[in-house]
Amino acid sequence: MDVAALDKLIEEFDSEHGGIVALLQDVQAAEGHLPRPALERIAQDLGLPLSQLYGLATFYKAFSLHPKGKHTVTCCLGTACHVRGGHQVVARIQRELGVKPGETTPDLKFTLETVNCLGACALGPLVVVDGKYHGRMTSAKVSRLVEQCR
Amino acid sequence: MKGLEGLSNWQKSILEQRDPDVRWVAVCGGTGCRASGAMDVYDAFIQEVEKLASSALETRVEVRKTGCHGFCERGTLVLIHPDRILYQRVQPEDVPRIVEQTVVRGKIIEDLLYEDPATGQKIAHRDDIPFYKKQMRLVLRYNGEIDPMRIGDYIAMGGYQAAARVLETMTPEQVIDVLKRSGLRGRGGAGFLTGDKWAYCRAAPGDHKYLICNADEGDPGAFMDRSVLEGNPHAVVEGLIIGAFAVGANEGYVYVRNEYPLAVETLSCAIERAEAHNLLGQDILGLGLDFTLRINRGGGAFVCGEETALLRSIEGRPGEPRQRPPYPADEGLWGKPTLINNVETWANVPVIVEKGPEWFAGIGTGTSKGTKVFSLVGKVNNTGLVEVPMGITLREVMFDLGGGVPAGRSFKAVQTGGPSGGTLIVDTGGAHVHYREADREGRVAVLPESLIDLPVDFESLTEAGSMMGSGGLIVMDDTSCMVDVARYFLQFLTEESCGKCAPCREGIRNMLHTLENICGGKGKPGDLELLQEMGDVVMDSSLCALGGTAPNPVLSTIRYFRDEYEAHINEKRCPAGVCTALIEFSIDPAKCNGCHACVRACPEQCITGEAKQPHAIDVTRCIKCGSCLEVCRFDAVLKQ
Repeated sequence: MDVAALDKLIEEFDSEHGGIVALLQDVQAAEGHLPRPALERIAQDLGLPLSQLYGLATFYKAFSLHPKGKHTVTCCLGTACHVRGGHQVVARIQRELGVKPGETTPDLKFTLETVNCLGACALGPLVVVDGKYHGRMTSAKVSRLVEQCR
Repeated sequence: MKGLEGLSNWQKSILEQRDPDVRWVAVCGGTGCRASGAMDVYDAFIQEVEKLASSALETRVEVRKTGCHGFCERGTLVLIHPDRILYQRVQPEDVPRIVEQTVVRGKIIEDLLYEDPATGQKIAHRDDIPFYKKQMRLVLRYNGEIDPMRIGDYIAMGGYQAAARVLETMTPEQVIDVLKRSGLRGRGGAGFLTGDKWAYCRAAPGDHKYLICNADEGDPGAFMDRSVLEGNPHAVVEGLIIGAFAVGANEGYVYVRNEYPLAVETLSCAIERAEAHNLLGQDILGLGLDFTLRINRGGGAFVCGEETALLRSIEGRPGEPRQRPPYPADEGLWGKPTLINNVETWANVPVIVEKGPEWFAGIGTGTSKGTKVFSLVGKVNNTGLVEVPMGITLREVMFDLGGGVPAGRSFKAVQTGGPSGGTLIVDTGGAHVHYREADREGRVAVLPESLIDLPVDFESLTEAGSMMGSGGLIVMDDTSCMVDVARYFLQFLTEESCGKCAPCREGIRNMLHTLENICGGKGKPGDLELLQEMGDVVMDSSLCALGGTAPNPVLSTIRYFRDEYEAHINEKRCPAGVCTALIEFSIDPAKCNGCHACVRACPEQCITGEAKQPHAIDVTRCIKCGSCLEVCRFDAVLKQ
């Protein structure tokens, strides 16, 4: 991450209102993950132990310490999607991509994620590819979907 | 702008510019409809309207993107005002004829109407559709009516006038009294009397107090709060202003779940617009109240819905719960008195002030007043969001509004209250209906048969040793495996346990391990007793409600679906055909016509057979992904 942009975020950091999670969210949004140099700089500038930032980064699901792939495939595994067969859809994508949920393919093309409900239950099982929702998924349909991204 | 008068003048000037007879189009912009392509429909309307504007016709049309209409199953939904004609499953290519025929000429397009599956009749007007007929919309009253991104739409409805009246004419004690008389109880699940909670926070010593709106709606299958924030964010802001005045707070936070980007967007816009019009900030409406509101995006942790964990998360720490007391009303955010209510509770406040506490208390039952929003999901025909008066029966919600389970299937159970709520209503072949729920102390109650006719209200459920839950109703049919459902919830809770206390962290994990063995065909006699014993320990000794209720789904399914567990353990058989280790796929040669569809779909290439000859599956290579079953149009693939 470019240092000036990071410094600007750190400068805007609002310690009075507990903004440390928000600061990390901004870095995550800009970078797609929390790079170690960025965490080190934040720790140094704000006088916080690096371990505290690491604690936050690993506690909350929104943060990742590793870079994400070009495409993010998110499978909803909320209860409604689960009872409609969402687990089969995830199993198929796992096979197609060769990675487990939370992992990124070695070529940095795909990141597979699961989420515990996106609240579009009428369309379950639901798969989101790069922010676009695809409803009523089956393992056959999802395989075509992944193929289109390749 | 100053006071109530300023607001009502603003409202008048907006209404004067509107012609009540002019038709306008409300496209549902909720997350569900957006996922069905609502934005393409909206764009198509904008295009058509522009075409119309440049034509010779006099007609002028307005299109608004509104909040969730609730009938997600039928999205994209388009409501034509003022006639309130509802078009369902609208595609962008339908838009030109909607504009030309309905909007311009007032003619109804039959094939876009909802057809009642019971009678086969087409229904034109939204409020005549069974899904809407039994609803009573207070919190969702403006969903489908206003554009949440335009503050003027809310003002036109009389918005912020309840807050202005409170600031101008009432004392904080009077406001709390109104809340108490209304009988409103918290909609987050526990059902604490809101007026009492406000009174405690007002009485707590300290001149710096905080308000929090809990919008960390983490229960899978629940999206009530999101739809309120997306569709009518100003109602929540208005409720918070009234609360700030009542308890004497000057700062507030809305803690929104990370997975709700659209809700964050509409709420941010609402706060910004409210600030611009002096409805938030210093000296609100010139009436002396200072109140600022900030949004705090959650980091994606289920446990942060627990109030003490939520406080820590806002403070910028990992969201781990702590012991209570002290309660947040005494020692909350940064140690200051803090009032926490959930989204639906806050959105009820302006309605109560506007309509009066007696009016509100007239809705519902003896001790449960007003309405409750439920999200109805799973194996149900009409997936969506409903708001019903307290006291309606579960049967009415499930069958009259929800339309029952899909054709050919039979209703088996419904789960409420989230993963750890563990409420299961069980219908075994229609003969027995049981109900089970653990209350906050972990006691378990079993209600007698025919509980599906139990009225949905705090009192009936509490008397039965149960609780309301946050509002997600997940319906399951005979293709849902109850052992798998229990395993699913424990997996969820294992991942979401914060790890602070050992009973929750280790106990749930070990219970999950036992369930995985059962689902995987490695169950052994004694497993059920072990699960029950572990469940009791986890319930009794966990620090917060996450662990305290986590074993519910397991214990309740063991109790009512013991035969399913025993089939898994003793016969290595999954009756619902869900647990992959216990099922096998085969092809019925009598039904297979050799179309090759399954051969093409099989990712393992383990289906063989000549064209037009019955195919066969090589079970030694089959990974049981179910692709063949999905594509077969002749029901020839068997799963057993």
